[in-house]
Amino acid sequence: MNTNLYNYILGLADNSLILGQRLGELCGHGPTLETDIALTNIALDLLGQTRSYYQYASSLKGEEYTEDDIAFLRTEREYVNCLLVEQPNTDFAYTIARQFLFDSYHLLVLTELQKSTDLTISAIAKKSIKEVNYHYRFSSDWLKRLGDGTEISKEKMQEAINSLWTYTNELFLPTEAELAISESGVGVNPEVLKAKYYDMVQNVLEESCLETPESKWFQKGGKQGIHSEHMGYLLSDMQYMQRAYPNMKW
Amino acid sequence: MEQNSSIDTTLYPILEQVSDPEIPVLSILDMGVVRKAIIENNTAFIEITPTYSGCPAMDVIADDITAALKHAGFKSKVKLILAPAWTTDWITARGRKALEDYGIAAPLDAEADKAVLLGNKQLVKCTNCGSNNTHLVSQFGSTACKALFKCNDCQEPFDYFKCLK
Repeated sequence: MNTNLYNYILGLADNSLILGQRLGELCGHGPTLETDIALTNIALDLLGQTRSYYQYASSLKGEEYTEDDIAFLRTEREYVNCLLVEQPNTDFAYTIARQFLFDSYHLLVLTELQKSTDLTISAIAKKSIKEVNYHYRFSSDWLKRLGDGTEISKEKMQEAINSLWTYTNELFLPTEAELAISESGVGVNPEVLKAKYYDMVQNVLEESCLETPESKWFQKGGKQGIHSEHMGYLLSDMQYMQRAYPNMKW
Repeated sequence: MEQNSSIDTTLYPILEQVSDPEIPVLSILDMGVVRKAIIENNTAFIEITPTYSGCPAMDVIADDITAALKHAGFKSKVKLILAPAWTTDWITARGRKALEDYGIAAPLDAEADKAVLLGNKQLVKCTNCGSNNTHLVSQFGSTACKALFKCNDCQEPFDYFKCLK
């Protein structure tokens, strides 16, 4: 098995899975009916993309290791999603800030992956980017509404951006798998997306009447499996059924 | 309907009976999700493609295809393919009409779609009264493929099938 390819796919998939799980927590708890439906629709897209990636990963691994095993039966250290996506739904401003900061990155990655020399990855990217365009439209729209809204909405939106900013730099620190896989033209080295990302984000923040944080201190670790405190709680929720009733099926 | 050239004429009437469980008026052929249907050694090989990655209807559609073909005396293999990615352009003229009759506004072209979803233009026709005086309530609707609209004239809410290219 090509370990780098396998780990690279897990990196892409875990980001979508964990963010999808976070958004899924809002099902029935969104601030309004329309946003509730929107956030869970986005969750559904992300989980669908995750399935495509895991099915591919499972086919590489063989030995009857299924997509469900990959999703539900790993330990915390084996998940390689970035720290950003596991951050909690503190309030609607945090939910939107997290979504916007991730969607911007997700769009740039998928744009590159459409050109992947690996046919399965390029097919998943071409399919997903259509969906992620909608996600980006939704999150950047709300960012502008709240940033350019009332005094309170602006303050809350700014606080959420400031607080989550510390997780953005990790997106662009390449893992071993990302380095190896980008050399072969299958994947993308995230370092090359960094300048574009911060430009893109800064432009929308300006349009939203928000300040771009100046902090230069960044968190990292998720992509190496070293997660924030929130991850364990998220997994205990997500993995409960498979842990309580091993091999259960719906 | 060029897409139908890869669909075997014997299988066509059978597949036509299978509908999208979330939009029962629309056959999967008019929806454009069947990309290939051929018969080899008395086994039907069907390729379907999802509208959206997370579309929960795909598993049901695959099961329904298998059941319909079994009923018609065929063994079958249904395969899910991702490329080329589905687009609303593959919904047939008959499919678009079925959507409208069912109360779902059919997708506009990409430019117009962007304008209405950004709230810049009123181009989506109310499926109830036909008025263009409508507004977007939510970019996301009851399923992944739809947005929610409301008519300013008759006050009825309705779904709009988002353009996907």
